[in-house]
Amino acid sequence: MGETKYTKDHEYIRLEAGIALIGISDYAQSQLGDVVFVELPKLGKALAKGDEAAIVESVKAASEVYAPVSGEVVEVNAALEAQPGTINEDPEGSGWFMKIKLSDPSEVTGLMNEADYKAYLAAIH
Amino acid sequence: MSEPQTDSSPLRHTPLHDRHVSLGARMVGFAGYAMPVQYKEGILAEHQWTRAHAGLFDVSHMGQCFLIGPDHATVARALETLIPADILNLQPGQQRYSQFLNAEGGVLDDIMVTRSADPDEDGTLMIIVNAGCKDADFAHLKAHLPSNLTLLVAEHRALLALQGPESAAVLSRHCKNADSMAFMTGASMLFDAIPVHLSRSGYSGEDGYEISVRADKVAIINERLLAHAEVKPIGLGARDSLRLEAGLCLYGHELDATTSPVEASIQWSIQKRRREEGGFPGFDRISRELKEGPSRKRVGLLPEGRAPAREGTEITTEDGVKIGVVTSGGFGPTLNSPCAMGYVETNHSAIGTKVHLMVRGNAMPASIVTMPFVPHRFYRG
Repeated sequence: MGETKYTKDHEYIRLEAGIALIGISDYAQSQLGDVVFVELPKLGKALAKGDEAAIVESVKAASEVYAPVSGEVVEVNAALEAQPGTINEDPEGSGWFMKIKLSDPSEVTGLMNEADYKAYLAAIH
Repeated sequence: MSEPQTDSSPLRHTPLHDRHVSLGARMVGFAGYAMPVQYKEGILAEHQWTRAHAGLFDVSHMGQCFLIGPDHATVARALETLIPADILNLQPGQQRYSQFLNAEGGVLDDIMVTRSADPDEDGTLMIIVNAGCKDADFAHLKAHLPSNLTLLVAEHRALLALQGPESAAVLSRHCKNADSMAFMTGASMLFDAIPVHLSRSGYSGEDGYEISVRADKVAIINERLLAHAEVKPIGLGARDSLRLEAGLCLYGHELDATTSPVEASIQWSIQKRRREEGGFPGFDRISRELKEGPSRKRVGLLPEGRAPAREGTEITTEDGVKIGVVTSGGFGPTLNSPCAMGYVETNHSAIGTKVHLMVRGNAMPASIVTMPFVPHRFYRG
């Protein structure tokens, strides 16, 4: 299992053999509040880094989740349809959103590792 | 993730501001005040707690005032020139819901009016108004009052709401006989040794009370109520989801200067005598709408799926013809479903009508349903 990397927009990716598992960080879920609905992309969708990849609806508002890397959506977490609250309970585990087959693995190198992300969170508070 | 927008202008504080922060509240700007939108447990848990136990809300941002005249009939008739409710026949201690109307019959604000229960205060009406409209409301009252009446703005009073099935049991530990108060009545009494004005009413659809007290005493009352196992502090996020499930209007959403009480489906608040006699602004339009029906109506909407449809969402027929717009929408935690309210053209407003809600460019199927979405549980004695 590859290490987890983070974006400034509080998405994370976890790499394994050219496939990136993507979700939102614990900080992001706590900022959002209780998630009531997730709109995930269709399988096969081509995403460029920075594109809107998913919509998360909390009780109060909708928020966009951006693709941290470019590639093709190869799997989505269907369990989130019935249990969107999993994103709050286990954002970096069973609350994952989608898997993307990377089209440009070099995009990963610009992302933050866990230590850098923690420092980033401390700085923005 | 996209970041939420923040307002950088200075916000006013209620007397309980620092206490909310110490309890872990997330504060947001609302009607010019820093208010708790939620505490640590979050909106879903706070909402569920209120319907199961007792939730305590700081609503001190709202406006409170007293209209004082030589006797009840004089002050009632004066207020009746501005609102369509029957105030003349209010009994001592009785409370009514009404609206300030403009000349076109549109709503300037929705309000609660209580006739003082105390015979020594005959001629006093207590009025509670929305925070966002209070300055305009007080100016409106001042501009229209005859010279024999006084408007006393209660600037140094705070307001708490205790809502939920366990609120009567909790409050009666501090206020003698609070549990036997009738719904929509108010009275001055003691909370322990502190003078308060209590009304049995609220905005959640549950049994509950509103507690008006001097601002310098609200912190003590707040702490004593929070000390009970049945009570938790609740933020504005859950206040909104509770009132949405209860099918209650929010000024600025279901009510505004263009909406009449008939369009808003709150004509029940215009008592028979006023419908017949008039004497309030917009009577022509309201009278016509009562006879012939309004051109649009506030309705409840239940999406078939799980995606919420929020304010501003277009409502169409199943063929894609626009028939209205959502005015409030979100997720109902007790309902365990999204729900919404909006206005639709009257000839498409029948209960059971299938519609589409245009969410992010997609037509989501929904139905027009009766409100409330969650049954009211007001105290009926």
